Amino acid sequence: MSVRTSGPRRSATKRRPIQGTGGRTATIFLVPFFTVFLVAMIAPVIYAVGLSLFAEQRSGLGFGGAETVFVGLGNYADVLANDTFIAGFGRLALYCVLYVPTLLGVALGFALLLDAVVAKAKRAFQLLLFLPHAVPGVIAALIWAYLYTPGVSPIVSALATGGIQIDFLSVHMVLPSMVNIAVWEWAGYNVIILFTALQSVPREVLEAARVDGAGEIRTAFSIKTPLIAPALGVALLFTVIGSLQLFTEPKILSTATTAVTSTWVPNMWAYDAAFNRNNLPQAAAASIILALLAGLLSWVVTRFTSKGTSR
Amino acid sequence: MSTTSSVAQPTSAAPLAPAGTTGDRPVRRRRRPLGGGIGATFGVNGLLVLGSAYMVLPLLWLVFATTKDASALYGSDAFTWGGAFFANLERLLTEDGGIFIRWLGNSVLYAAVGAIVGGFVALMAGYAFDKFEFRGKNTLYGTVLIGVLIPNTATVIPLYLLAASLGVTNTMWAVLIPAFCNPFSVYLARVFSAGYLPDETLEAARVDGAGPIRSFFSIGLPMLVPGFVTIALFQFVAVWNNFMLPLIMLQDRQLFPTSVGIFLWQSQVQQNPEYLPLVIAGSFLSVVPLVIAFVMLQRFWRSGLSAGSVK
Repeated sequence: MSVRTSGPRRSATKRRPIQGTGGRTATIFLVPFFTVFLVAMIAPVIYAVGLSLFAEQRSGLGFGGAETVFVGLGNYADVLANDTFIAGFGRLALYCVLYVPTLLGVALGFALLLDAVVAKAKRAFQLLLFLPHAVPGVIAALIWAYLYTPGVSPIVSALATGGIQIDFLSVHMVLPSMVNIAVWEWAGYNVIILFTALQSVPREVLEAARVDGAGEIRTAFSIKTPLIAPALGVALLFTVIGSLQLFTEPKILSTATTAVTSTWVPNMWAYDAAFNRNNLPQAAAASIILALLAGLLSWVVTRFTSKGTSR
Repeated sequence: MSTTSSVAQPTSAAPLAPAGTTGDRPVRRRRRPLGGGIGATFGVNGLLVLGSAYMVLPLLWLVFATTKDASALYGSDAFTWGGAFFANLERLLTEDGGIFIRWLGNSVLYAAVGAIVGGFVALMAGYAFDKFEFRGKNTLYGTVLIGVLIPNTATVIPLYLLAASLGVTNTMWAVLIPAFCNPFSVYLARVFSAGYLPDETLEAARVDGAGPIRSFFSIGLPMLVPGFVTIALFQFVAVWNNFMLPLIMLQDRQLFPTSVGIFLWQSQVQQNPEYLPLVIAGSFLSVVPLVIAFVMLQRFWRSGLSAGSVK
């Protein structure tokens, strides 16, 4: 992000600042935000890092209560050596690999369709595609949980009359089913972002492509798509960050199928550590690992996309 | 003095100004229709219709399901009307002493207060980052961007751990204070401030003798109202949709927002299918206001999405 934003930033500093308003006034405007930022983001993370370096150990036979001892990175080692945690990470990785390309592919496809010359009623289609984003994540997951449940679901029964038997909530299908829920929720949001970018593709470029004999489809993939690479990069970044958050969908589906265990993804593992196993230091360590991974991944994505788009 | 600023102005504001406005207008570019013919028209619009159906049908299922009692949900065709709509709503609103109304109220309270306070705090910070020059500005802004990149759920467990150590879990503040902190809103506010609010206007106010605080409230704020509405709308939706944070922070059912309350009912459906109509009707009632809000406030989320994709 910092690499990406250095462009506009530079032009902002070139602009003459308002005279006579220096740091002191800026402070008044910045203090409220940075206070909540400190309280709601920085302090919790620092506290969690501190907590993750200690462990409660019961002396002897478990009498006389627990004492807190410094274990350094011991909790991190324990978390990373835990089979269920690693299995959860594997599922999260598989989810990302399935979800990110599917979502961006679907969103780009619809954005290009909307931008096609022959598309009608563009505003109405945009609104319909965006509508699922107005549905809270919990409700979206619930709706789909029932659309996957045999007996209730019109999809399952329609497929059954067609001779196809699919258990969307089975151990093997539940992950793709979850990808579908997330695509449903987020595709429209990204369609609007990409479509807005497509609208600002210079007309002359498209005109030139047409004169050179490129058809609509060719233009869409060889001219328009590369030109909106920056917007695609932003969409990619936020999709990757979003997919690491995976919690709501599996948590809801765990009420509908036993295929989703209580430690199914790292976030659920951390939740389980804190509330069912009462191991707060390990919960803290797991959260920090996840945050670090997210930071690393976002950095890789910004690096990758800003290199790809710089002329 | 004024010449330098008017020369420098367009470079910074021009690329941003359309971001806030493109969404409001119909397509600006008029491309001459290409050949392509009827086949392409049907192909493109047919795919758009299919995509819209995928987005809308699950919501339509929810509407139909709300009209059915538990046995009809398992028995009848999905897209037929049942006769239990008002019975379901009545049961929803009276179950457990009318607790659902309480949950709805809590959701509105958390989301509205979070949106207004958090939006205002972010607006002030974004304004300061755009209009003032001070030492350490880039470093501070960098921290905000790092905050954007950390997934929300990664900070939820640390937030809980800190709140638990301070003994403030299971209070409204445990949900509200994190809602005030949204780094992405600061980013949006900075973009809006650069796009909507020309430096010359503030310069004129300064010449007329207005101090920086007074300029913000009497000139900056009124011009930034559309930006504020967009930021507040996005924040409202984010808080309304939040699930993991209230799930972890709150134990008292009287404090639950709808998302956590509906989840509580959903986790009892397996034992008692009579909860199913409650879950469905509750989902319906918590989706309707958001869908209406989104349709009516199209202008604002469109401008927010296009501003968000400006790197």
